[in-house]
Amino acid sequence: MNSVASKTSDVLVMTTEGEEFLEEVCSIPGGESVRWCIQCGMCSASCPNVAQMDNSPRRTIALIHAGRRYDVLKSNTMWVCASCYLCTVRCPKEVKITELMHALERLSTYYGLTTKRTTTATMYRAFIDSIKSNGRVHELGMMMKYYLTTVLTGKTNPFSLVKMLPLALNLMLHRRMTIKPTRIKGAEQIKTIVERAKALGGVK
Amino acid sequence: MKYYSYFPGCSSSEGTAVAYGLSTQAICGPLEMELVELEDWNCCGTTPYSSTDELASVAVATRNLALAEKTGLDLVTPCSACYTSLNRANSQLRQYPDLRDKVNDCLTSVGLEYKGTVRVRHLFEVIYNDIGLKVIESKVVNPLSELKVAAYYGCQLVRPEPGFDNKYNPQSLDEFIVSLGAESTPFPLKDRCCGSSLVIPEVDIALGLIHKLLESAASGGAKCMVTVCPLCQTNLDAYQAMASRKFGTRYNLPILFFTQLLGLALGVEPKALALDKNIISTERVLARFTSKSAERAPATSKSAIERESSLRTKALLKGRE
Ligand code: SF4
Ligand code: SF4
Repeated sequence: MNSVASKTSDVLVMTTEGEEFLEEVCSIPGGESVRWCIQCGMCSASCPNVAQMDNSPRRTIALIHAGRRYDVLKSNTMWVCASCYLCTVRCPKEVKITELMHALERLSTYYGLTTKRTTTATMYRAFIDSIKSNGRVHELGMMMKYYLTTVLTGKTNPFSLVKMLPLALNLMLHRRMTIKPTRIKGAEQIKTIVERAKALGGVK
Repeated sequence: MKYYSYFPGCSSSEGTAVAYGLSTQAICGPLEMELVELEDWNCCGTTPYSSTDELASVAVATRNLALAEKTGLDLVTPCSACYTSLNRANSQLRQYPDLRDKVNDCLTSVGLEYKGTVRVRHLFEVIYNDIGLKVIESKVVNPLSELKVAAYYGCQLVRPEPGFDNKYNPQSLDEFIVSLGAESTPFPLKDRCCGSSLVIPEVDIALGLIHKLLESAASGGAKCMVTVCPLCQTNLDAYQAMASRKFGTRYNLPILFFTQLLGLALGVEPKALALDKNIISTERVLARFTSKSAERAPATSKSAIERESSLRTKALLKGRE
């Protein structure tokens, strides 16, 4: 994997090792669609967050075809995707780019390659923990967990949180934050479903 | 009376978008529709879950579909994110048999089963298609004349599922605004992204997007914006002050749920529409209508005023053509 990854030449060449990564992406629901890409660039041109991405959506697909697993999974690209689906509806070849972004987030987590520059994964985890314990998302709890984790791991500057205070206060004053989480009756069912999914080995 | 199974979603049921849930309940009576809340529904999982664990996310979302299937009704949600992720579960199950078998296995472990028959719909689409703008027009007792509104579709009402409105240049929400007697203003970025949940981990990126949307809506002359999604409303309303500070602007643009605007035009008592939960105050823009609406609230029988308002709306609609 690393020999492929360390090549930084801008010419993207297909290798046998490369094929392995392409196959892996194609085996994921939605991922198979990267085969149809014609590199027209419509996705990148449509993306509201392309300026903040290490690799544009089009380049990400080129890198997948070239087998550059590390470059793709280590990038911040999928973590700043807002799931707006503009790329997906505009792609002339019906490549499911948004689905691909989600799949790359999963793969990047799976291989432990998630870039340290993003805290999106931490937010996702706080969100899911909330679902797992109550069956629903408790927004206040989820946000506190996210900020606590990122401050403790040094990813959020505690002073920058001061800027967030008026916002939090406003939401409280307008009674848009509940203090206590609601737990559904079927919260245990959710746990069982998640455990069963794990036992089945998931689908990446 | 039309009946639907109702999936409010976490933020509209009691969280940051509770005003959406409340105003939705408030318009059901006048529109003669009944939303029966899905019993013991769970979070749809949305992007955070599908970006973390495909099988678990689809299985958790499908629990809702299995519960809804027993009711035999369409499953309606006011939240664009829930709409997308519940629809996504349906389409993934249809497309990937391997995934479907595993999801069924997960559901069996809690005594549930999903055959795949539930139709997931967005509340706005239901009101637009099943109730229809003609009927709405006839029920308007408090026409929102000369109110300039920017119609904000956001991403997930028209994308990625095809079939409801034009995915490149949607019109339904603009038509809806006109049917209430108001005016829909030019808004080139009407279907662009508000940053969604990235507003937490990537606040700077999201503020940039929010700023662009406000600028685009305000430059078209809008005095308020109407949304169909809890996330869009929170980003544009609660984060508006932050965006203004960052970019040195002052739009002060009230961001309304379409149900709040609809309720006002239908003569629902303003209190029931939870306008006091909007952070950018709606008072300046809506005062003309809220006082009238409050006066009229007790009497909602058909009256000459109604017919007159409908005629006026028709004239307005014609004027636009
Ligand atoms: S728009 Fe579609 S075909 Fe064009 S580069 Fe992007 S994914 Fe490939
Ligand atoms: S879905 Fe993601 S990658 Fe596609 S245009 Fe939107 S932000 Fe960009």
